Amino acid sequence: MNIHEYQAKQLLAKHGVAVPAGEPCRTVDEARTAAEKLFAAGHTLAVIKSQIHAGGRGKGTFKHGFVGGVKLAHSVEETVHFADNMLGKVLVTKQTGPEGRLVQTILVAAAETIKKEFYLAVLLDRAVSRPLIMASTEGGVEIEEVAARTPGKIVREHVDPAVGLMPYQARKIASALGLKGDLFNQACKLITGVYKTWWESDASLVEINPLCIVAGPGGKEALVAVDAKVALDDNALFRHADILAMRDLAEESPLEVEASKFALNYIKLEGNIACLVNGAGLAMSTMDIIQHFGGDPANFLDVGGGASKEQVAAAFKIILSDPGVKAILVNIFGGIMDCNVIATGIVEAVRETGLKLPLVVRLEGNNVAAGKKTLAESGLTIIGGDSMSDAAQKVVKALKAA
Amino acid sequence: MAILVTPETKVLIQGITGAFGARHASLSLAYGTRVVAGVTPGKGGQLFENKIPIFDTVAEAVKQTGATASAVFVPPPFAADAILEGADAGLELVVAITEGIPVNDMVRVKRALQGRTTRLIGPNCPGIVTPGTGPQSSGGCRIGIAPGYIHRQGHVGVVSRSGTLTYEAVWQLTCRGVGQSTCVGIGGDPVNGTSHLDVVKLFMADPETHGIILIGEIGGAAEEEAAEWIARYGTKPVAGFIAGATAPPGRRMGHAGAIVSGGKGTAQAKIEAFRKAGIGVATTPSEMADTLLRMM
Repeated sequence: MNIHEYQAKQLLAKHGVAVPAGEPCRTVDEARTAAEKLFAAGHTLAVIKSQIHAGGRGKGTFKHGFVGGVKLAHSVEETVHFADNMLGKVLVTKQTGPEGRLVQTILVAAAETIKKEFYLAVLLDRAVSRPLIMASTEGGVEIEEVAARTPGKIVREHVDPAVGLMPYQARKIASALGLKGDLFNQACKLITGVYKTWWESDASLVEINPLCIVAGPGGKEALVAVDAKVALDDNALFRHADILAMRDLAEESPLEVEASKFALNYIKLEGNIACLVNGAGLAMSTMDIIQHFGGDPANFLDVGGGASKEQVAAAFKIILSDPGVKAILVNIFGGIMDCNVIATGIVEAVRETGLKLPLVVRLEGNNVAAGKKTLAESGLTIIGGDSMSDAAQKVVKALKAA
Repeated sequence: MAILVTPETKVLIQGITGAFGARHASLSLAYGTRVVAGVTPGKGGQLFENKIPIFDTVAEAVKQTGATASAVFVPPPFAADAILEGADAGLELVVAITEGIPVNDMVRVKRALQGRTTRLIGPNCPGIVTPGTGPQSSGGCRIGIAPGYIHRQGHVGVVSRSGTLTYEAVWQLTCRGVGQSTCVGIGGDPVNGTSHLDVVKLFMADPETHGIILIGEIGGAAEEEAAEWIARYGTKPVAGFIAGATAPPGRRMGHAGAIVSGGKGTAQAKIEAFRKAGIGVATTPSEMADTLLRMM
């Protein structure tokens, strides 16, 4: 699960990480009040940030023509002007796709003078099954870019999960970033807080980019998490009711949300051949084989190992809600589950939805003969596939003929 | 011989009274696997199917029955505890079937297993099958949720992160009259107990295994690690398949570990590593068995 930047900063602040003063605002009035507070406190510049789960906000454009999903405001009036142009408007960035995302919340925060930018992240290093802290003096740039161009500038520190992050490790990182004096001490505290946020929230990623040395009111230098991204381990949400409450369904594809209600794993893609498969590996390779034979998969859909008739019915409805779908491939390896149950589910779903699109079904496994008989005797136009290759070729051909 | 388990292996089921555990305990018994005990805290003293004793703790089950391997079917919040309980009781093998265990729980489990002799397979995996010689391969050792009847006793080793793709490969082999020594599902999570490489090494050392099918998918670098080792030390033909060439970057494809992030873990990179290592690459999943058989 992903959360908004303002929510990520709330989590970080809870664990002692310094973030710029600011507030999430859902209305222009709230934005005005938040800006008034900031300017009254002596800040001279505010940053107004659209809250969507996609990168590239600063360089994005709103559908009504307003340019920039992140703006700097010198006054309350300017803040109000920006808020008015962001809230309730659709922002298109390089990561949102052409449909863009509706901005329902903006973050109004103090924009302090940035002296230097760093990168700091905590993630799982799968190669050693341990948490990894990554830091770099090259802040504000994507870490993959730094890794490709100047790999020597990335500091890596693994954490032993048996003892957790030790203070000396935070000191090593702070020192490697070239920080001295009070900033060194601030960095140690901040790194510890960022790690704690990762571990205690069961995050899959906490990324601070940029982490900045800023000159606050009065010129005092401080280390602050200017931007933050937190992604969470879905499997651990059962023990974090507070974080689960941060889920923003508006940020998720409506079809994917609907699918999750039936314990279906669905991901929408851009193609026109829908697939319905049991098992994640088989579902991925069904997409691959469609492409291999010149087709274009419309989705990933894993109905799970023990799919029921109800799930098959729900899966058909979800697939057919995508107007881009022009043909369907069902690929089921019923190891334990009964192929005839699946076949009955398919027949019912086809009748109920009045399906007109070409449908290819490949069934294999337990009670497959009965399943194939059910399909054949249904009187419906269902094309049978003998193997994955055969089925994929048939669905591509059926689409071209249609 | 086979790897990890033989028809003689005594198996216990952790979570035998849950619907999922009970169903597959019954199927393993029907397959002829020596399921000797069940463990469900608080239900010690009862019997499963009127014959298999249930214990409150794994330690007690091991002491009374001599079980050396377990299948873990307990729900995600309690799975880490169950795995470590199995290790504490001195089991040689713990196979965690449970899907949905928090990653950080597995990070701790993996750390706690360091220096212990217990091998963990999974989690989020279909388990292990060493086929038997009876009808439809019965009489073998089935730990987990794989369909037993699709197997056939023989000399090909199969290792995979995906359940249904394993069945696909096994069924292709069986349909061609080719049997399997052992089939191992290592699971689709980012942190697992046993890697592709661990299983490949066991197959290479097993005289009864003459060829290997290695099935991987996007995410991580475990397939590349196995390929590098095979290039140097491999002594048997290996055919491979990688799922997820069409998966969009940054999206988790069903399995928690199946994700391309920051340009890492792509199908293309893994296929390239396979080719470099002399592993026969099946271009579609329909060709996994034929690709290996052409090399044998």
